[in-house]
Amino acid sequence: MAVITCGCTLLVLAPLFFVLVFLVGTGWSALNWDFFTRLPGAAGETGGGMTNAIAGTLLLISLAGVVGIPIGVLGGTFLAEYPAARLSQVTRFAADVMNGIPSIVMGLFAYVLIVLPMRHFSALAGGVALGVMLIPTVMRTTEEIVRLVPHSVREASLALGIPQWKTTLRVVIPTAAAGIVTGIMVGLARIAGETAPLLFTAFGNRFWNWNVLRPTAALPLQIFAYAISPFDDWHRQAWAGALTLVSIVLMVNIVARYAASRQVKSR
Amino acid sequence: MMERPVVERRAAALIDHTTAIQAENVHAWFDRLHALRGITMTIPERKVTAVIGPSGCGKSTFLRCLNRMHELVPGARVSGAVLMDGRDIYTPGVDPVQVRRRVGMVFQKPNPFPTMTIYENVAAGLTLAGEGSRKTLDEIVEQSLRAAALWDEVKDRLRKPGTSLSGGQQQRLCIARALAVSPEVLLMDEPASALDPASTLRIEELARDLAKDITIVIVTHNMQQAARVSDFTAFLLDGELVEYGPTNDLFTKPRERRTEDYITGRFG
Amino acid sequence: MIATRPAPGPVEEPSARTGDRQFRVLLATMAAAVPVVIGAILVALISAAWPAIHRFGAHFFVTSTWDPVAGTFGVLPFIYGTLVSSALALLLAIPLGLGVAIFLSELTPGWLRTPVGFFVELLAAIPSVVIGLWGIFVLVPWVRTTLEPVLKSALGFLPLFSGPPLGIGMLAAGLILSVMVVPFIVAVSTEVMRAVPSGQREAARALGATGWETTRTAVLPYARSGIIGAIFLALARALGETMAVTMVIGNVPQIKASLFAPAYTIPAVIANEFTEATDDLYVAALIYAGLVLFIVTVAVNALARLLVNRAARGPSVIRE
Repeated sequence: MAVITCGCTLLVLAPLFFVLVFLVGTGWSALNWDFFTRLPGAAGETGGGMTNAIAGTLLLISLAGVVGIPIGVLGGTFLAEYPAARLSQVTRFAADVMNGIPSIVMGLFAYVLIVLPMRHFSALAGGVALGVMLIPTVMRTTEEIVRLVPHSVREASLALGIPQWKTTLRVVIPTAAAGIVTGIMVGLARIAGETAPLLFTAFGNRFWNWNVLRPTAALPLQIFAYAISPFDDWHRQAWAGALTLVSIVLMVNIVARYAASRQVKSR
Repeated sequence: MMERPVVERRAAALIDHTTAIQAENVHAWFDRLHALRGITMTIPERKVTAVIGPSGCGKSTFLRCLNRMHELVPGARVSGAVLMDGRDIYTPGVDPVQVRRRVGMVFQKPNPFPTMTIYENVAAGLTLAGEGSRKTLDEIVEQSLRAAALWDEVKDRLRKPGTSLSGGQQQRLCIARALAVSPEVLLMDEPASALDPASTLRIEELARDLAKDITIVIVTHNMQQAARVSDFTAFLLDGELVEYGPTNDLFTKPRERRTEDYITGRFG
Repeated sequence: MIATRPAPGPVEEPSARTGDRQFRVLLATMAAAVPVVIGAILVALISAAWPAIHRFGAHFFVTSTWDPVAGTFGVLPFIYGTLVSSALALLLAIPLGLGVAIFLSELTPGWLRTPVGFFVELLAAIPSVVIGLWGIFVLVPWVRTTLEPVLKSALGFLPLFSGPPLGIGMLAAGLILSVMVVPFIVAVSTEVMRAVPSGQREAARALGATGWETTRTAVLPYARSGIIGAIFLALARALGETMAVTMVIGNVPQIKASLFAPAYTIPAVIANEFTEATDDLYVAALIYAGLVLFIVTVAVNALARLLVNRAARGPSVIRE
C-alpha cells in the first residue's frame, strides 16, 4: 500500500513540478525590464510589456479588498462571537457553498449588477466580482482566528467595564489581527489570479487606466489573451506574465503560511 | 449553647463595619446545574474578605455574581439580590458595564492584553472607554502601577509588551489595570494560584495594602493564604455558605463541623 | 491614594447597551451578506436570462443547435461537454486523490506530512489561466504526440479512442481538470480520515489486520460520507472550471463519442462568446446557461458540505 499511495502522491505532484519547471524555464528568459515598464505592443509586433496589466491587477485587488474585507472581517467576527445563532449556522453553510460557486458565474453577476446599468465595462465591475469572491474566504478565516482569541482576554476587558461591542472591536479583533491579515493575504492572492470573472467586467485595456469606471487591464486577462494569440513573442510574454503572477501568489502563500505557523507557536 | 457567645461576637464584628456589598439569597445556575444555593452575606468595606472551599463549591461563581460576570457564560442565570449602596445591581435598568467599573476583577491566570504594551494595558480601561487626556493618563498609569507595587520594576520599559513580564509581574500588571479605573471593590479569583511562592507573597502583601483604600474579596483554595491575608473568611460547600466570620475565629474556633473538617484537611 | 482620586462619577453611558445592540446588528448585517448575495445572484441571473428562459424554456436543455445567427440556442452539447470532461477528471482524480489522502493520513511520517500537504495546496493555488497556458504549450502537444497515439494503438477499436489525435479536445480537458480538482479531494479526504478516532485503527490492528486492511475496514468506511463529500466538492469545481478548460478543449459544440474530439463546456462558451454576443437574446441565452451552472454547482456544493460536515463531526455516538 505504501508504494501505491506514494506513487499516487508523486503522480499528483508531478504536474506542479512540470508547471513550475516550464514557468521558470520559459518565463524567466522572457522577463526583462521592458516587461515591467512598457505598455503592450501592437498585435504581431515584438516587444512591449505588461506594466499596465500589473497596475490593473493592483487596482482590481484594491477594489476587491474594499468590497470584501469589511464584510468578511465583520461577518466572520459575528460567526465567532455568536456561534450558535441561527444566522451564524446559515451563513457558515452559505459561505462554504459560495466558495464553490464558479468564478465565471461571479463575473455574470457583476455584469448584470454593474455593467448592464452602466452600459460599459469597468474596473469597478471587475473589483466587485473579485470582492464578492473574497468574502467567504476572509469570513471563514476571521471566524477561525477570532475564535482562537482566549476567553480570558475578553473577560479581562469586560471586567474593566468595557462594553461588549468595544471589547470585540478594540480588544478581540486587534488580538486576532495578525491572523486575520494572513487570511486576507491568502484570499487576495487567490483572487489575483482569477481570469474568468474579469472577462466581461474589467474587460481588459491596452493602455493605462486608473479610472475605476473605465475598463482596465489585468495580468491574468493579458496572459489569457496572449496565450491564445498566434504570435510567438506574445506567447513568450504570456509565460513571463504567468511567472510573475505565480511568483506573487506563491510568495504570499508561503509567507502567510510561515506567519501562521509562527503565530501558533507563540501562543 | 456553649457556642452562643462566639456567634454573637462574630455578628458584632461584622456590624462594626460599613457594608460594601450585601448579598441576599443569591442563587446561580449553569443551565440546570444549581451552583449557588442562596448565599446571604455582608462584605465589609476596606477589608479583605476571603472565600474558601473545595473546588466546585461555587466560590468563583459567587465572586462572579458580584460584578455580573457570571451572566456572560451562555446558559448562566442568577437570582437574589446584590446590594451596593443599598441598590440591587441586578435591578433591571442597571447597566452591568457600570457595575463592572465599580467592582473590578483579577483572574486566576494573568491575562494582560497580548497586543498592548505595559502602559496601554494599565490605561486600557480608560482609553477604551474614551476617557482621560494624555497627561492624566500618564499620572493614572503611574499611580496604578505604584499601587500594584510594579512601578519600580517597569518604569523604564512601559512601551514593552505586557506579555514580556514574568507571571507574577503580569498578575500585578492586571491588578494595576483593574485599579486604574478606580473601582470601589476588587475581586480576586485565586490570583496567586498560577504563581511561584515569592510572587504569591507579593500578591498577598498587595491585597493587604490595597485594603487600606478599597474593598477586597479574594477567592482561594489555599487556607493558609486566606488566614494570612484576610480579615473575614467565608466557607462555601456545595453552593451553600457554611460559615462566615472573622478569619481568626473561623480558623481557630470553627462553629460548624463541616468547617472544622475542611480546615483540618479531612476533605476537600 | 486610590481613594483620593475622584471616582469617574456616574458617567451616564446609555450607549453601552444600545452600542452592543447596534454593533451586533452591524455584524449580523455583514454576516447576512453571504446568503443575501447567493439569493441576489439567483435573482440577477434569472432576470437577465428571462428572454431566453421565456423563449426556450426546457427545450434549451435538449436542443443541440447553438446558432447565434439564426437565434436558436440549445445547450445540450455544452452540458454533454461539461459532464463528460468532469466525469473524466473525477475518474482520474478520485483514485489518485484517495491514494494521496491515505498516504498523508495513514502512512506518512510526521516530518513529510507538512511539506507534502503544502505542495498539494500550492497546486490548488496556481491560477487557472497559468495551468491553461501550460496545458496549451506542454500538455496538449504531449497528448497529441504521445498519449493519444498510444491509446489509439492499444484501444483504438473502442469508439472512445478513435479519430485523429488532435491534442486539444475532451481528453486534454479531462486531464487538466483532474490536475485542478485533485487538491480538493486530497485536502478534504485527508481531513476526514484524520478525524477517524485512532481507537478504530487500533481495534482493527488488534484483530490482526495489516496496514491496508486496517485502512480498508476501519478508516474508509468511517470516513465514507466525508470522502463522498470531497468528491462532490471536486465535481462542483470541475463543472465550473473555466479558463484552463477553455484553453484546451477545442471549443466546438458537438457530441462525439471519441475523447479525442474537440468539445465545449458551459463555462467555456460563456467565457468565449459573452463579449461577442451582440443581440439581447444571445446574451440572455449565455446567462441562462450560467444560471444552470450556478444552480447545479450550488446544489452539488451544498450536498458536499452536508456530507463533509457530518463526517468531520464524526458519528454522534462518539460525541456524547
